[in-house]
Amino acid sequence: MTEASLYLLQQIINGLTIGSTYALIAIGYTMVYGIIGMINFAHGEIYMIGSYVSFIVITGLLAMGSFALPLVLFIALLVAMLIASTYGWTVERVAYRPLRGSNRLIALISAIGMSIFLQNYVALAQGSRDVALAPLISGSVLELGSLDTFEVTLSWMQLLIWVVTLVTMTSLTLFISRSRMGRACRACAEDLGMTNLLGIDTNRIISLTFVIGAALAAIAGLLLGLYYGVINPFIGFMAGLKAFTAAVLGGIGSIPGAMLGGLILGVTEALTAAYFPSEYKDVVAFGLLVTILLFRPTGILGKPEVEKV
Amino acid sequence: MRGSLYNAIFAAGITLVLACLMLGVRLGAEGTTLAVTGAGADRWGWILAGVGVVFFGQLFANQVDALFGRIPKPNLSALKPQGSSWNTLKPWLLSALVVGLLVWPFMVSRGAVDLATLTLIYIMLGLGLNIVVGLAGLLDLGYVAFYAVGAYTYALLSEYFGFSFWMCLPIAALLAATFGFILGFPVLRLRGDYLAIVTLGFGEMIRILLNNWTSITGGPNGISGIEKPTLFGLEFSRRASEGNQTFHEFFGIDYSSGHKVIFLYLIAVLLVIIVIYLINRLMRMPIGRAWEALREDEIACRSLGLNRTVIKLSAFTLGASTAGFAGCFFAARQGFISPESFIFIESAIILAIVVLGGMGSQIGVILAAIVMTILPELAREFSDYRMLMFGLLMVVMMRWRPEGLVPMKRPHLELK
Repeated sequence: MTEASLYLLQQIINGLTIGSTYALIAIGYTMVYGIIGMINFAHGEIYMIGSYVSFIVITGLLAMGSFALPLVLFIALLVAMLIASTYGWTVERVAYRPLRGSNRLIALISAIGMSIFLQNYVALAQGSRDVALAPLISGSVLELGSLDTFEVTLSWMQLLIWVVTLVTMTSLTLFISRSRMGRACRACAEDLGMTNLLGIDTNRIISLTFVIGAALAAIAGLLLGLYYGVINPFIGFMAGLKAFTAAVLGGIGSIPGAMLGGLILGVTEALTAAYFPSEYKDVVAFGLLVTILLFRPTGILGKPEVEKV
Repeated sequence: MRGSLYNAIFAAGITLVLACLMLGVRLGAEGTTLAVTGAGADRWGWILAGVGVVFFGQLFANQVDALFGRIPKPNLSALKPQGSSWNTLKPWLLSALVVGLLVWPFMVSRGAVDLATLTLIYIMLGLGLNIVVGLAGLLDLGYVAFYAVGAYTYALLSEYFGFSFWMCLPIAALLAATFGFILGFPVLRLRGDYLAIVTLGFGEMIRILLNNWTSITGGPNGISGIEKPTLFGLEFSRRASEGNQTFHEFFGIDYSSGHKVIFLYLIAVLLVIIVIYLINRLMRMPIGRAWEALREDEIACRSLGLNRTVIKLSAFTLGASTAGFAGCFFAARQGFISPESFIFIESAIILAIVVLGGMGSQIGVILAAIVMTILPELAREFSDYRMLMFGLLMVVMMRWRPEGLVPMKRPHLELK
């Protein structure tokens, strides 16, 4: 292979890695939007909290010693998911549920307030500076090409991100399509009022979507935290925006759409950063968002929305 | 009782889970590695106190609600005298207020006048965003972008072409309006929450662009040494630049740096009065009524033959031009601007002003802008908690008083 194509391949690998974490966060947006039709603006903050909790647990367990690394990561993942879901649940209970049924603008403003609150809460509790974790997983699985021209590497970390994302997505898809709760979720997305009439506790289902979304965001928080190695209380804002873009790109309300959208966004971003000045990669994400909304507001896999009087 | 006991235990448990890792321990660098340290006993004391408050709050939730229900809601609009006496009194009161605003700066310190000028900038921004969010019901989260456009218009035009402040003022407003138009035209077809995110993205894009277009905007270093406004060509500096005269030479008085501060303040007062007057007229015009009608029910409006794109676009563009106005003045007052002044938090603060004041209510927005700029100055020792409080305030306001502190009043009849 030529050098240029090797370079391209490397960018696609990097893009898929970042993209799969965007997809994980995007699911939280898309599920909530699918059921209650609001943008959970504080979702990026939940991802950030997930990152912090996993860093805390990893550092704590490593300091105690005597644990194998996979076990440490697994425990960190579980704790991060637990705590982030608790935050997700609480945010819904405190800031969104009392406002359900009122003007959309009111719920959105409340969500923005919650986002600012959480950001500053973590900044006050944990300090607003960058926190860096030494790389835990190093080495690469596969190396292509030769050192003197250009070498394509797939690191273990990237492979871990792919595998964890794949497992999570598969189990979520199975959960939504096979389980009773999953069926209830789909019913709620179809028609909330009717589902309620049929004897399903819709409040519980809505809470469940927030919990699932938060847990997935926490997984992304752990993975991206390990990948980049640096976190701060303000990472949630950008990540949330990117993930929202991914959700819109794939068609908001559709779970496979969010997965697809995340991957497309990740690859697009990586390619832009590779061939243009990298500062502009955030501009590309927003440019993409505006373009999709202009030409296909329903996204790639979304259903057109019918407005009823 | 048993139900609320379970509830209370559950809520207390949740609070403990929320607090234990985020507040109870702290992640910090220890040398080159990362370490986790437990928080001190006093912080755990606070956490347990918080858990206790949640427990008892939930346990006696009904009683607490009943207690709060008995407190009468503050009815600020009732303070306003009603009827014909108000109508005769109003022009007098207003002129007294204006005279007071004009005379006041000569009697107080420079710092106070400076703070007042800052407040006036926020009032302008709040009033502009109020058109977009309060009247037309379009949530604009990138409002600060138009503010930046205004500020950079003046800074760049004066730096490269030597334009004066007074020439730039209308240009800045026009350019910001153009940006609003270009952005608004495609996105205003979208539903409200999409619009919010797109405007947010637009705000970030403008900031990134300003940050990276180093050759023209100076990047993160910003632009400094922006010219101050002049009074019919009279400068407010110690020595006049070539071919100009200074204010103190012309009037034969001693030079004082306070003159400039007061002059800037007076310009701000003038601009705010113009903005208030214009918006007040607009609100009574068909277009103003159409904004509100569209906010209340889009489908009904369209079926009555209102062109929603034109109406939304006019609100969006007018709001943007107000921000351009404010931005131009901001650049002139600071003498230095950088992308740091135009971050998302600024947009959020302006939004908080509109929300707190009462969406659509001009007097409410003005009061809120005053409170929001002066309170942080008074409570400097709590400045770390400022944004935390803003966020909390937005949630609390939406939950208990979404109409704001001074809700907008429209002439209306009620069926009894």
